[in-house]
Amino acid sequence: MKIDFEHQQSAHCENGVVSNLLRHQGFSLSEPMVFGIGSGLFFTYLPFIKVNFAPAFSFRPMPGSIFKKVSKRLGFKIKHHKFSSEEKAQKVLDTEIAKNNPVGLQVGVYNLTYFPEEYRFHFNAHNLVVFGKENENYSISDPVMPTVTTLSERELEKVRFAKGAFAPKGHIYYPTDLPQNFPLEKAIKKGIRQTCNQMLAPVPLIGYKAMRKVAKNIRKWPKKIGLKKTNHYLGQLVRMQEEIGTGGGGFRFIYGAFLQEAAEVLKNPKLHELSKEITEIGDLWRDFAVDASRLYKNRSNQTDAYNKLADKLDGIAQREKEFYMKLKKAID
Amino acid sequence: MKKEEVPQDESYLSKANVSEINYAVDKDGNYTKVSSSGWKTKTIALDESLQVLEERLQETRKKIKTGDLSPIAYFMELHKMDIPILASYAGLCKWRVKRHLKPKHFKKLSNKTLRKYAKVFEVDLTELKNPNL
Repeated sequence: MKIDFEHQQSAHCENGVVSNLLRHQGFSLSEPMVFGIGSGLFFTYLPFIKVNFAPAFSFRPMPGSIFKKVSKRLGFKIKHHKFSSEEKAQKVLDTEIAKNNPVGLQVGVYNLTYFPEEYRFHFNAHNLVVFGKENENYSISDPVMPTVTTLSERELEKVRFAKGAFAPKGHIYYPTDLPQNFPLEKAIKKGIRQTCNQMLAPVPLIGYKAMRKVAKNIRKWPKKIGLKKTNHYLGQLVRMQEEIGTGGGGFRFIYGAFLQEAAEVLKNPKLHELSKEITEIGDLWRDFAVDASRLYKNRSNQTDAYNKLADKLDGIAQREKEFYMKLKKAID
Repeated sequence: MKKEEVPQDESYLSKANVSEINYAVDKDGNYTKVSSSGWKTKTIALDESLQVLEERLQETRKKIKTGDLSPIAYFMELHKMDIPILASYAGLCKWRVKRHLKPKHFKKLSNKTLRKYAKVFEVDLTELKNPNL
């Protein structure tokens, strides 16, 4: 059987699944709204954690946190199931499908057959929706894909039981207990406030201060770890900033779209202005990525070039700091 | 980013007939979803990271031929894994996996343990012991 489910492509998987599942229940909430209310905008730099042989940078909070915050702020619940047995995981999934209930699934990307080979890394916090099963093939709505697709029982089991960090353990989830009306205005304000607090956090590895820390390290890396490693680290930063899921500019453009929608809901024209400002900041991030990629492509060995790149990042950090201070004031 | 600035470069996504969503502003200043086939700046970054993996794989091949590493190391790199990921897939603890990367310990492994690795890498025991480098 196949549930009548509307697939809409989104930039980011978690926002997309939430937005598509809620629309199915009759609540039209755009991807930027989900992202903004769930305080999805973030920056952290964890030099002591290595991912793919480079330090961890992230432009988003922990997987699952956006959905959790959205549900809390809009007043509905999320039902979660995790499993130790593959058979049981499939049985529960099949039961939900039979009940006409499309569900969100956390999966690993490495064995996701419809992804291009070059994108298949051991990343276990990808999300998709299963909305049907026909002839032992599951109907899949993966929000980052343009259209719906299918996976066989075996293929789906493999990605549901991927191993390593954030192992999904067959994780199934879906929204329940939806209220008549969402307290949208309050939820938007809460989402914005938390984003501002996080990005202005008085700690060195989160928010605009973490960007400064990265800038400082870019100046040091060429001498300390050599050009090859420096370039690999910069490549990692660019990938985290721009790869599928961010909507461009390290999620800054999705946030711009959110502020535009929020301006209408809250009838607050200041948010329109701030939407323009975060768009400009997103453009600066794009410039930064272009400059960084030039460095590692041309294998420039001038430390001067790395210093210039660091200056650019310092500039972005300053712009972001001012932006969050203004944004915080704008909703008071 | 303006709508007309959304890059439409060739990429690994476009080669697989996939596109991704970017958010950009139209001429009236309103945000809208725009489909992008790829951006060369991103492809350069992705290529760089794939190249690092490829170099590691080459290095591992050499070390297996010289007898410094066991075939497990080759399959681990081939599947883009590191020790914690492999340990998790094989259901073994990390320090044991680390030992099994050394030919000295690999030779002594029981078939039961070897089968665990073979299952993860989807090969038979013969291939596990003598990979086609």
